[in-house]
Parts: sequence; structure tokens; C-alpha cells
Amino acid sequence: MKSLLHNRSTLPGAVLTLVFTGAALISLFWVPYDTTVLNIADRMKLPSLVHPFGTDQFGRDILSMLMVGARTSIAVALVAVGIGMLAGVPLGLAAAARKGSLPDEIIMRTNDLVFAFPSLLIAVMITAVFGASALNAIIAIGIFNIPVFARLTRGAALTLWSREYVMAARVAGKGAARISLEHILPNVTNLLIVQGTIQFSLGILAEAGLSYVGLGAQPPTASWGRMLADSQTMISLAPHLAIFPGMAILLTVLGLNLLGDGLRDLLDPKLRRART
Amino acid sequence: MVQYVLKRLVSLCLSLVAASVLIFLTLEVVPGDPAAYMLGINAQEDTLNALREQLGLNGTILERYLSWAGGLLVGDFGTSYTYRTPVAELIGERLWVSLPLALYALILSTLIAFPAGIWAASKRGSLVDTGVMGVTQLGVAIPNFWFAMLMVLVFAINLRWFSAGGFPGWEVGLLPGMKALTLPAIALALPQASILTRVMRSSLLDTLGEDYIRSARAKGLTRGQAMWRHALRNALIPVLTIMGLQFSFLLAGAIIIENVFYLPGLGRLVFQAISSRDLIVVESVVMLLVFAVIVVNFAVDLAYAWVDPRLRRRR
Repeated sequence: MKSLLHNRSTLPGAVLTLVFTGAALISLFWVPYDTTVLNIADRMKLPSLVHPFGTDQFGRDILSMLMVGARTSIAVALVAVGIGMLAGVPLGLAAAARKGSLPDEIIMRTNDLVFAFPSLLIAVMITAVFGASALNAIIAIGIFNIPVFARLTRGAALTLWSREYVMAARVAGKGAARISLEHILPNVTNLLIVQGTIQFSLGILAEAGLSYVGLGAQPPTASWGRMLADSQTMISLAPHLAIFPGMAILLTVLGLNLLGDGLRDLLDPKLRRART
Repeated sequence: MVQYVLKRLVSLCLSLVAASVLIFLTLEVVPGDPAAYMLGINAQEDTLNALREQLGLNGTILERYLSWAGGLLVGDFGTSYTYRTPVAELIGERLWVSLPLALYALILSTLIAFPAGIWAASKRGSLVDTGVMGVTQLGVAIPNFWFAMLMVLVFAINLRWFSAGGFPGWEVGLLPGMKALTLPAIALALPQASILTRVMRSSLLDTLGEDYIRSARAKGLTRGQAMWRHALRNALIPVLTIMGLQFSFLLAGAIIIENVFYLPGLGRLVFQAISSRDLIVVESVVMLLVFAVIVVNFAVDLAYAWVDPRLRRRR
């Protein structure tokens, strides 16, 4: 823990991440103003004591919208990482346990195929079929995460399968599934945590992009990308409408990236040497 | 090498077939009848049937897939339900915006990333290195469409150096066209340039630590000479791979950036097609982009094997 705080990127990363997840959690119980109530009299107010980040073109409090938006972004990205891990890790473990077999070949080729679809294209297809919603954004980002975790897990697991302690477990009569769960999985957890942080930040960017083009969360649910899209035509009149949501995305992603870098340095000393 | 190329070629074809099946089946799930959509609610049953026949909607799934995929092979993408023009024509027009935009961004990102990465690596641990790494950290985290909006605010609205959006068309001349694509290309290039700078730097640092660099230094080359003559060339291999992968991000990213600048490219075509449920257009554009990604990655694989003979034997 001490070395975690000594790393120069981890601390700011952890603080930023805490601020935004904190804001998202608080928004579940309390926000300064109701974001579904329009108040035209107070529209496009500049930042003040009453509205620290000002109000938008419908008079809604931007701070409150950002808090609800944090909840949307974090929920979408987190569930998408969950989907990627829950499907990708078992696939990777299974592929590594039967390296070179037909299932391995099928899993890896399917992965390559999904990799050829940028997440945005998957989202475009899904929304073309099922319509735009936060759920479909989650599915699109989640599908894209599956091959990422499957490849990572397979690669790491393959090197572990040649270790002596795995050999010992095999000699002791443990099956491939049990070895994967008891010996391989615990040893790839560090890697998964680091990659999870990175995919989490990519998920936030993807969610913002999708809701910006109208393929993500639909109104009245506030989302950062949607706020930016709404502010676009008014950017010369009220730049603060665009600046705060953009900063929120930038700082959240920056925080997660710094945290991921710090965790990687901490959990994988080999990489630290190569990077600095 | 020939055997390697053939092997990769077979897997390329399999990937393309699999991708087309996947795209076709996904969009096949969509409820609704395009013929009814085109003709409106007052259409007669026999007119509907005739149009379905004309659009090739009457066969079994397999027949429809084969006729769609067969059409793709000869450049016939079908007819758009809303524009009533061949999809290939629609795509062809838009490609003249999207493709130059992606290439422009790729060139910009290379022009930024190479010097920045080399500079940071050669001054490792210095203020320059820290500064470059800090800027790339920001570049990776910034949403590019937001950066695009800020550039519009500064360079189009306040300084009036560029127009805030739209595209005059190439027939007006090369320079006005390039000018209209400059802000979008910068926005698109920024995150990719940041990633590429980091890859360039770490790859160069890796090769600078190799034994042959020490030998080169021992035989009397200066640090700079060793870097330019030996390290750089070897450091380029991972950089090229990342550039290949980035091409798909540039194409996909262009979909969003085109919307910020109201550029008449593939991205806007797709979104208009989605909102008017013109699925054949969506299907074809997605297929085209996936095709481009698969082919570019194939080309990178070949280039890789050509540069590094060890890779040919691996599979």
C-alpha cells in the first residue's frame, strides 16, 4: 500500500477516480437539483454560487447533470468490463488448457474476427437493429471487450501451464478445469485488474462517443456525451455548456489511466523497468 | 514466404466470409419489410410482391445471403431503400471524403509521433521526456469529438481561420478541400498520435538496451549514430503494427468526427441510414469498413513477415 502511494501517477489517478465514482454514488441518493425539471427562467446561467457550473439551455443545473452523467458513464463502462471478463476469461482459460486443439483454434479465430469490428461499428449495427439505448451501448462495448480479455488470459495462462507447480498438480491428478481455477486464475488476476482499469477508461470514452452521436443513453437520462451534443450549437454563446462535461470525461479517463499505470508498475515489476 | 502468404490469404478469405455472414445475420433479425417501408401504407399486395422480387427479398435466407455476397464481389451493393440509388454510388461519393480524412489523420499522427517519440527516448528521464509523456497522457484521455468542438470554438468561431464545418467538394480545388479536412484530421489524429508516440518511445528504449547497440557503441559510434543507424530501424517493427491497427480506429473514429463537422462522409451516411431504417446501406458500409480493417491487418502481417523472417515460420 505504501509503494502504491509513493508511485507518482497512482495517487492523482486514485484521487480522480474516487472523486468521480464518489459523485456517481452520491447521485444515487442526492443531487443539488432535479435534472428532469426544466426551469426556463434560469437558462444558460454562468457559474455562480447557486449553480457552481452554471445551467444549460433548459435551466437545468450542470453540476447535477454531471453527477447523474457520471453514474451513466461508470455504470455502462463497468458492466461492459464485467461482460468482457465474465465471457473472455473463461474462454481464454479454456483455450490455454487445450492449446492447439480445435476449441482453442475456434475461440482464437472468433476472437480475431470480433477484433476486426471496431466497437463503434458493433454499436452501429446493434442500434440499427434494436434501436439506441444505454443497454445496447453496454452490449456493444462489452462484446468488444471479450476478445481483449480472452487473448490476455490465454497468453498469460499459456506460460503458466509450463510451470512446475502446474505439472505437480497434473501429476496429483487434478483435471484441466480444476487447475485452471485453482492455479492459473489466481496468477493472472493481477494482469486482469490492470487490463480491467484500461478497458474501463476506454469504455467511458466509448460511451461518451456513442451517446454524443445519439446511440447511447436516451433523454431524459443525463449522460456526458449527450450533454456535449446538446451544447454543440450553443458553443459560441455559452462555452461552459461544453467545457464542463468534456473536462469530466477527460479527468475520469485520465484518472483511470494513471491508476492503471500505477497498478501495472506495482503488480508487474518487469514492466516498470522497461517503461521508465 | 510464398507458403506463408498463401496460408494468410486463405485465412483472410475465411475472415471475410465469416464477417459477411455475421453482418448479414445481425441485420436479418430486424423486423419490418423494406418493400412496405418504401411504398407506404397504401401499397397494393401485387406491387409489394413485385418490389420484393426486384429487391431480392423473396428467397430463403441462404439465397438472399448468396445474392448479397455475390453482389458485393462484383461491386453491386444493392439499392438504397430511401435514396433509390445504387448503394455503391452513395458509398463511392462519401468515400472521397472519409478516405482522405483517415489518410490525412494517419499522416499527421505519424508526423507528430515519430519526432516526439524519438526525442523523448533520446532524452530519457529529462524534462523533455516527462513533458512529452505528460502531453500524450492527456492526448489519450481526451475525447476527440470534444477536442474537435473546442478547436471549432477557437479556430473557426473566434479566429475565423477555418470554417466550422461542411465540405466544399474536391472540384473547388485541392487546397479548399484539404483546409476543410484539417481540423477534423487534427482531432482524429490527436489520440492516435499520443498512442504512437508512447509506442515509438518505449520500442526505441527497448532496442537501445540491446547488446548490438552496446557493440555499436563499443566500436566507436556515438549515441546518436547508434540510434539512427541501428536502433531506429529495429524499433520500427512494433510501431508499424500499431499503425496498422490504428487505421481501423481512424476509420471508425471518422464516423463520429464527421458528425462534429457535418462532413458528407461514410459516418453521416450511416447515421442517416440508421434513422431512416435504410438497412442495406448500414449493412454495406459496415461490411466495407470491416473489409478495410481485415485487409489492412493482412497487409501489416505480410510486411511484418517480410521484415522479420523469423515470423514466417511461427505458424
